[in-house]
Amino acid sequence: MSPPLDREAPLAGGANVEAAAPPSHPLAALLARASTLWTLLILLALIALFGIASPDFFSRASWLATSQFAVEYLLLGLGETFVIITGGIDLSVGAILGFSGMVGALAMSALIARHTGTPVVLAAGIAASLASGSFVGWINGQAITRLRLTPFVVTLGMLSMCTGGIYLLNNGENIDTIPDLVGTLGSYSIGGWIPLTVLVTALACAGSALLLDQTRFGLRTYAIGSNPVGAARAGIDVERHLVKIYTLAGFFSAVAGLMVMARFASASVQAGANDELDAITAVVIGGASLFGGRGTILGTVIGGFVITVMVTGLILIGVQPFWQQVAVGAILIFAVAVDQLRSRLIDLA
Amino acid sequence: MRHGYPRAGAAVQMPRRRSGRPAAGLTLAPVAYNPRPVFPSDPPWGTERMLKSGEAAGVVEAGGGSDAPLLEVVGVAKSFGPIQAVADVSLAVSPGEVIGLVGDNGAGKSTLVNIIAGAIRPSSGRILLAGREVRFASALEARMAGIETVYQDLALALDLAVWANIFLGRELLRPGFFGRLGFLDKRTMQRRAAEELAETAIRIGSVRTACRALSGGQRQAVAVSRGLIWGSRLLLLDEPTAALGVAQQAKVGELIASVRARGVAVVLVSHNMPQVHAICDRIVVLFRGRKVADRAARTMTIEDTVALITGAGSA
Repeated sequence: MSPPLDREAPLAGGANVEAAAPPSHPLAALLARASTLWTLLILLALIALFGIASPDFFSRASWLATSQFAVEYLLLGLGETFVIITGGIDLSVGAILGFSGMVGALAMSALIARHTGTPVVLAAGIAASLASGSFVGWINGQAITRLRLTPFVVTLGMLSMCTGGIYLLNNGENIDTIPDLVGTLGSYSIGGWIPLTVLVTALACAGSALLLDQTRFGLRTYAIGSNPVGAARAGIDVERHLVKIYTLAGFFSAVAGLMVMARFASASVQAGANDELDAITAVVIGGASLFGGRGTILGTVIGGFVITVMVTGLILIGVQPFWQQVAVGAILIFAVAVDQLRSRLIDLA
Repeated sequence: MRHGYPRAGAAVQMPRRRSGRPAAGLTLAPVAYNPRPVFPSDPPWGTERMLKSGEAAGVVEAGGGSDAPLLEVVGVAKSFGPIQAVADVSLAVSPGEVIGLVGDNGAGKSTLVNIIAGAIRPSSGRILLAGREVRFASALEARMAGIETVYQDLALALDLAVWANIFLGRELLRPGFFGRLGFLDKRTMQRRAAEELAETAIRIGSVRTACRALSGGQRQAVAVSRGLIWGSRLLLLDEPTAALGVAQQAKVGELIASVRARGVAVVLVSHNMPQVHAICDRIVVLFRGRKVADRAARTMTIEDTVALITGAGSA
């Protein structure tokens, strides 16, 4: 799951490397090489810390709570990873989660009222969610490329529009008139240990990692983030690629919306609110650069778990869980500071 | 958080593609005269569905013989409004020849290079490639026909590995099902990239190295290899050494020599007169859009050239 270059390989120490290779700052090399490793160490340290402080941390209940909690952030983080690697940002993923969930629940609710069979209702609801989420993402991409607006502005606007849309769709009320099967699936765990929602998320992570690391699509995503002008000169249709990226982010948001709906057996008007911040934090902690060109799915997964492990852990050791938000904010600032330092050092080299 | 993404049609005139079909009226193809089969084992150009076999890009008129010059520019002119950037310039380039294109700022060097590179269409005049007239609609078309342009900023994606930069935009996919899903054939690309770079004068440790970690000369080699790996026969280098130190300038000189040794023609735009005189076979001087000299480099001194550039001398 490494990006398409060998970061672990010694950049300046190979046998045949030309002596004139630029001297890389030792700190830069350390930061550049090990961003994912650092995050993993932080995660392991957190797990060890909470495990020592509270033996319950290694219980099944704790794992189920943490992993199901992580589903939301990981799925949003996947799309966000692609976006951030292109050098963009998507502030609307949380709002799309809520909006697409509402659309799906409305579709199911309407079909149930007409006594449609459950499989059809379920399929229609899932299709409506995924289609609406992808469509909103596509709109993001179109606005960014055609109107030449910054991703920040477009997705901030979309965040507001979708949040409004969530309340407009059902007059600000939650929807729980969806098939019971949704809640049943949402609370089902394979062998008692692997919730279905976690399985879906794991598959999505694996698929994204393959897409980013092994395919032409992934390579071009890195290329656009690294040098958009150069990518265009190389014959890549940068605009079209970006539209696909934002559509993908919308799609993953919709998947997250379905998972949240399954977990609570209803579509909540609060679903996804402020999630975009956690998603971006997970990606950035995971070593992706807000300047574009760098980032991995593995890093995002680790970053997502750093965020969620802290919530469960703090509750278990009896600390107010609101401290998690404080800690996540601090980690975000720290991670971005490291990213900027890294970029400066690399540019100096 | 960048904004103002380049339109694909801005830097290079990219055909807008839908569902992999070539844009109407555009046929991109491997160069017909390319003597070096690039990937004998793979279907030729199989990685890009837009590339169909057939006539070379932009060829409008058949003809020409094998002993025709590689590139012939005949009476090319270009004016931007009232400004005559290039006036009636003719030029012939043979395989393996290194031509220094020099002139003061505004003398028309960039315009001429951009015309050859397909980025600018001339107001009048003809361009013949291997004896056949070509009219490029875009830089991409010229590139597909075997004219590779390396711009001063190199256009490398510094976060990507060497092999990825060399194959960017023309990636090789795995055969079969996985290839159709877009899976990269990294092993072949890495091997091909290493082989290609081994033919240049500049050593790069591993093709898996990120370009950010490379020196200026090494980056130049990657940018040049990008074109040569597809069998380009003409290399346009725009100020390749302007941003480099002395040691790296020398490396670029070696790089150009190794390119020439492979029979590839080079047009070098540079302000570095000692280097132009050291490397080039022939020097073409532009003055106010007109060609004022086209002579073997060994028959000229640097002082001669400078005098011609400033308009103080005569050919």
